[in-house]
Amino acid sequence: MIPLYWWLIVAAALFCIGLYAVLSRKNAIAVLMGIELMLNAVNLNLVAFWRYITPQALTGQVFAIFVITVAAAEAAVGLAIFISVYRMHGSINVEKLDTMRW
Amino acid sequence: MTLNRFLILLLPEITLTVVAFLVFILDLIIGGDEVRERRLQWFAFLGVLLALVATILIWPLAEAGGLPVAFDVGPGFGGDVVPMMTLDGLALFFKLITVLMLAIIILSAGEYVKVHTPFRGEFYAFVLLAGLSIMLASAATNLVMIYLSIEFLSITSYVLTGYLRDDVRSTEAAIKYFIYGAAASAVMLYGFSLLYGATGATGLVEIATALATGSVTLRWLVFPALVMVLAGLGFKIALVPFHQWSPDAYEGAPTPVTAFLSVGPKAAGFAVLIRFLIVALPAFQVNWSAMLAGVAILTMSLGNLIALWQTNVKRMLAYSSIAQAGYMLIGLAALAPLAESWTNGLNALLLYLFAYLFTNLGAFAVVIAVEDRTGSANLPDFSGLIRRSPFLAVSMLVFLLSLIGIPPTGGFMGKLFVFGAAVQRQMILLAVIGVLNSVISVYYYYKIMRPMLFERADDAEPIRVTPSMRLVVGFSLAMVLAIAIYAEPFIRLATESAQLLLAARF
Repeated sequence: MIPLYWWLIVAAALFCIGLYAVLSRKNAIAVLMGIELMLNAVNLNLVAFWRYITPQALTGQVFAIFVITVAAAEAAVGLAIFISVYRMHGSINVEKLDTMRW
Repeated sequence: MTLNRFLILLLPEITLTVVAFLVFILDLIIGGDEVRERRLQWFAFLGVLLALVATILIWPLAEAGGLPVAFDVGPGFGGDVVPMMTLDGLALFFKLITVLMLAIIILSAGEYVKVHTPFRGEFYAFVLLAGLSIMLASAATNLVMIYLSIEFLSITSYVLTGYLRDDVRSTEAAIKYFIYGAAASAVMLYGFSLLYGATGATGLVEIATALATGSVTLRWLVFPALVMVLAGLGFKIALVPFHQWSPDAYEGAPTPVTAFLSVGPKAAGFAVLIRFLIVALPAFQVNWSAMLAGVAILTMSLGNLIALWQTNVKRMLAYSSIAQAGYMLIGLAALAPLAESWTNGLNALLLYLFAYLFTNLGAFAVVIAVEDRTGSANLPDFSGLIRRSPFLAVSMLVFLLSLIGIPPTGGFMGKLFVFGAAVQRQMILLAVIGVLNSVISVYYYYKIMRPMLFERADDAEPIRVTPSMRLVVGFSLAMVLAIAIYAEPFIRLATESAQLLLAARF
């Protein structure tokens, strides 16, 4: 069987790619995609830990399903906010949103 | 535990849920009728009062170490019942805080909501649901439940922040809050997954047991997990360096929502942080105590220094509330669970939070009252307030004195206990920096007082204060003074709430 560490490294890489997208992308949709990548890294972690550490209890799997569900709800609210921002500002470029600063 | 008993233990939460959904439904039925829509506000307020009664009813049921909230599903379902929540002093204390906060916000929002948005009924429903999520978060004892309730709170807060769909600032505040918030909760969740991997458990007590018995193979994962969870909760509390969202979100959000954001998410974040650190990670106290002390110093200093050159009162109070969270954090950093003295850190934090609740919500109620009249909340809008409405001006003065920490106000008692805890743990530097920060903060609070008391307004017409607003400001004022003058019952409340948790874990 593939050792646990390999899964953890893949998940950590996925998490870092997601975080990089959140920090560097200007388009809010792309930022949201980065956040989804981070959440998927978490899911990968949870399922891998479940398989290798507590295969008898379903905790990790259940947790992952909850994360997927909540991520969907969060994306729905996020996209609704993006639409109202687009209507008011004419763009969802997060760098151009600077009516308020300091 | 039987189903009936289970439902009784959840009475405050059930009340809030039912009332929130009734408000949604009633709003659909009577939408557009202004007079009847106003009654929804009173209906929501009545629901909050019911939740307060329910909280007091279940108060005697709490036990040391917490009463697990779960019921037997019977043999047909198989598997073990995993309790996700607990009923203990801490949970009850935060239920009380939540209910009081909801009552104040719902009463003070009426005029603002009527003027600014056509969707009036839903607003109260969302506020009630946000309160429900704080109650759930403060009672959660399992990483799954903590994540779900914190995310519930976040999502309702995003919706409330962007509630004014046709307002440039409100939408901008919402998108900033959303992006920071979603990223922060993803980081926190990654920490949870590492913690689960390291200990093989998601219950806080089970995690502590696994760490204590030394059967943990991946122990090195705990420290990064701790840092990530602190980042996620620090975001909710708006601790430096995770505070960037808060000034923008506070300034852009509708003012009643700003009042909510300055207390609600902070209370939930502190509740989870307290439970998480004390129940799950007592073995790592050396690590987190030092880390929290550093964060507290940064938070106080940066919050106060940037507040110095703000001209918008909402934004100034945003930075002020960042600094206030820094003071509260001292209590947790200086936690001394076995101390046989008047302050053990945790009761200091709770007392501070209780005083802060009334002080800050009272101050925001005054800001809302002024904004209802002038249309904005910049410093000049407050000039001549003492002539336009002596009641509002004097109340605001007391709230600002309480934020500074001058006796006889609740804020003074909070600071006394918090700094006392730091001194007792020999964290003299922490206490000194805290006191210095209080001195710095006098300057910007005075920037609000000066126009209020000594400057003439262009518009000298008296400000009409609605009866519900008068009630809110008067009640907050009475409580702020009472916490200092009749301090004993409040100190006992904070100490007993803290003691049940500490006694069980140390």
